[in-house]
Amino acid sequence: MPTFVYMTRCDGCGHCVDICPSDIMHIDKTYRRAYNIEPNMCWECYSCVKACPQNAIDARGYADFAPLGHSVRVLREEDKGTISWKVKFRNGHEKNFESPIRTTKWGTIPSPAELPPPSEEDYKSQELAHEPDVLNIDGGLPALTPDQLKKGVV
Amino acid sequence: MFTSNPFAELSALIAPYFMQTYIVVMIILVALGTIYDVLHKKSAQYFRANMARSKAAGTKVGGGEKISMAVKTAVVDVALSGEFCNQKRRIAHLLGMYGFILFALATATMVFFYPTSDVATPAIWPRLWWLGAAMVCVGGYWFWFFIRVDVAAEGNSPFRLMKADLFILSLLGSATFALVWGYLQAKGHDWTMIAFWLHIIFTTILFVSVPWSKFAHMFFKPAAAFEKRLSAANGTRNNLPAPADQPAKFGKVDRQPRNY
Repeated sequence: MPTFVYMTRCDGCGHCVDICPSDIMHIDKTYRRAYNIEPNMCWECYSCVKACPQNAIDARGYADFAPLGHSVRVLREEDKGTISWKVKFRNGHEKNFESPIRTTKWGTIPSPAELPPPSEEDYKSQELAHEPDVLNIDGGLPALTPDQLKKGVV
Repeated sequence: MFTSNPFAELSALIAPYFMQTYIVVMIILVALGTIYDVLHKKSAQYFRANMARSKAAGTKVGGGEKISMAVKTAVVDVALSGEFCNQKRRIAHLLGMYGFILFALATATMVFFYPTSDVATPAIWPRLWWLGAAMVCVGGYWFWFFIRVDVAAEGNSPFRLMKADLFILSLLGSATFALVWGYLQAKGHDWTMIAFWLHIIFTTILFVSVPWSKFAHMFFKPAAAFEKRLSAANGTRNNLPAPADQPAKFGKVDRQPRNY
């Protein structure tokens, strides 16, 4: 179920643009509000839905189960650490879900812009930017040593 | 410089009657542009339909509660720009909003009540005029160069122009050239009138372009904020889920990560 934006609720803060792993949340050129430029390419991760502080993004249900008057809405409550979902079907039937936002407290993960830029040495490393520190792993990422690999691999 | 009325000095070149007529024409254009915008985009129809749907589905909200919501909307959402989640954007917006109000109010007061040097202008009005234009510039340029999200996130040039920029750029042009004009006039520079006409061009674009720009947001944003509060009060919450009732069970935010 790809996502879409209620333009009257969006204030153009850009959280969804920053968080979208598919880079398909963009800012509209006429009103400077967010919109999903390519619903076909939506991974349906709902990162934008959960990140939106204005509750301006919803999931659009597929036509086989939720057309005509359905809605899929989400409420994030950072202080409680919860995320609640309300799925409303076209026959009026409702399903409500309540779950933790994630395993870490909201706002504790720094954005890439808040971290120092990678050095020349970092570019030569096999690890991604700021690993393993951002993964809270001390002493480097776990990796197999050559003697643990199958014969012929190394 | 900050205590002299720039329009009184201008009256030697342009009759006060023309300046006053210009302001009245601009006010009429804003009114007509807003009405056209509301009719064309059907925003009033959208809000009315939303309100009716919310009223039919929700519990009845009393008149006293509605007045309380209207006051909260006016204070929190309108006067303090409470809808912004990003505090930098909120401050930039407040600077622009109050700067524009001061700038427009001081301009209209000086043009209508102290149009020539024959009538002494109280020093407060030119000061408010300078302060208002400076606030618009600080808030606007801060937003334009540092806060806009569609530049860094989408890899665009900070100087790329699009329709959404019509409002902010015409407002910034108007305030910037007003400051330049005021400064050059105080110094007696030859280019004073060039700056003045640039100020007039940007001001005219600002008020004429209401149907195509986001100028009218200052009229329908309060309606949207009130509707949001009303839907929270009558229980419909714009179809949002009810607030989580078991955060202790489902929202343990202090636990250690388990995925590594």
